[in-house]
Amino acid sequence: MANTYELISGVTVGVGGAANIDFTSIGSTYTDLILKVSGRTANAAYNDTIKLTFNGSSTSAQIKRLYGNGASAASDADGSGAASINFYSTTGGTATTSTFGNAEFYIPNYAGSNQKSISGDLVTENNATSATAALGAGLWANTAAITQITLTPNSGLTFVQYSTAYLYGVKNA
Amino acid sequence: MAAGSTYTPIATTTLGSAASSYTFTSIPSTYTDLVLIVSGSNAGSAAPLMQVGNGSVDTGTNYSMTVLRGTGSAANSFNNPGDTWFNTFMTSGTGEIYTVTANFQNYSNTTTKKTALFRAGAAGGNVIAEVGIWNNTAAINQIKVLLSGVNFNAGTTFTLYGIAAA
Repeated sequence: MANTYELISGVTVGVGGAANIDFTSIGSTYTDLILKVSGRTANAAYNDTIKLTFNGSSTSAQIKRLYGNGASAASDADGSGAASINFYSTTGGTATTSTFGNAEFYIPNYAGSNQKSISGDLVTENNATSATAALGAGLWANTAAITQITLTPNSGLTFVQYSTAYLYGVKNA
Repeated sequence: MAAGSTYTPIATTTLGSAASSYTFTSIPSTYTDLVLIVSGSNAGSAAPLMQVGNGSVDTGTNYSMTVLRGTGSAANSFNNPGDTWFNTFMTSGTGEIYTVTANFQNYSNTTTKKTALFRAGAAGGNVIAEVGIWNNTAAINQIKVLLSGVNFNAGTTFTLYGIAAA
């Protein structure tokens, strides 16, 4: 069979930063989506969090998170009806200069008629003791096909220059 | 992985009716690693399980795993040695959509015992990261995904991808 892991679109944040990173007009050609992010925000802390919204919706989001900071681990949740899926950790503005957090999101059956489950693995990066790793199980309780994905820093500040996000499509045949 | 690289679908199925398991058979040895994606829901609360084998799946007490789990209010980690399957320990509500990914590295060699990484989660259940070992050096050519006591709902999908190193 043909190789089916294909780049759909990529974004590199330019000078001045960006309040969000937006993938629009996502076709239904693929089975699953994979979103990879190298991100840093202007937040006045070593970390920030990444929120995902789909199709511009500000309802029906939910998540359960598991995270650790090198000293302890914890778990928390945003219950059903949240405005966005807040996956936690990316690197903030006081982390070591020129370091960026890493994140990968997996979205199976994004174009199907079921509600959408999203898996996320995220880490901050920092050449210091303050850092966070987080795993998330998200749900967008909406049966519409995903055609738009928007990433927004929870701080309300910007993704800084050189942050990148790449959206891949995977076909199962 | 760069576009156009070697992430190849081996087999996929979408359940047309409820079923308690699905088995991938005759998995070719032509890849380096395997990625298994389960996207679906259950008719009741039960953790997805997996068994692997060569020629038939191993139902012996040959599966051990270390689990990191978040329930939404607490995080914990534990070992589960000598089980009869890889247990994802992922809970979900009845009918709740979830995602399970499993990575089987170097699955077709006949020298080393086989290890796997699992990620599983349901927003209304829990979130899991897990490493497991199958105490056998045989090449894996079968993988069974199953539930104990309940069924996968119709519409649940199982997809197996192969990744070739070259």
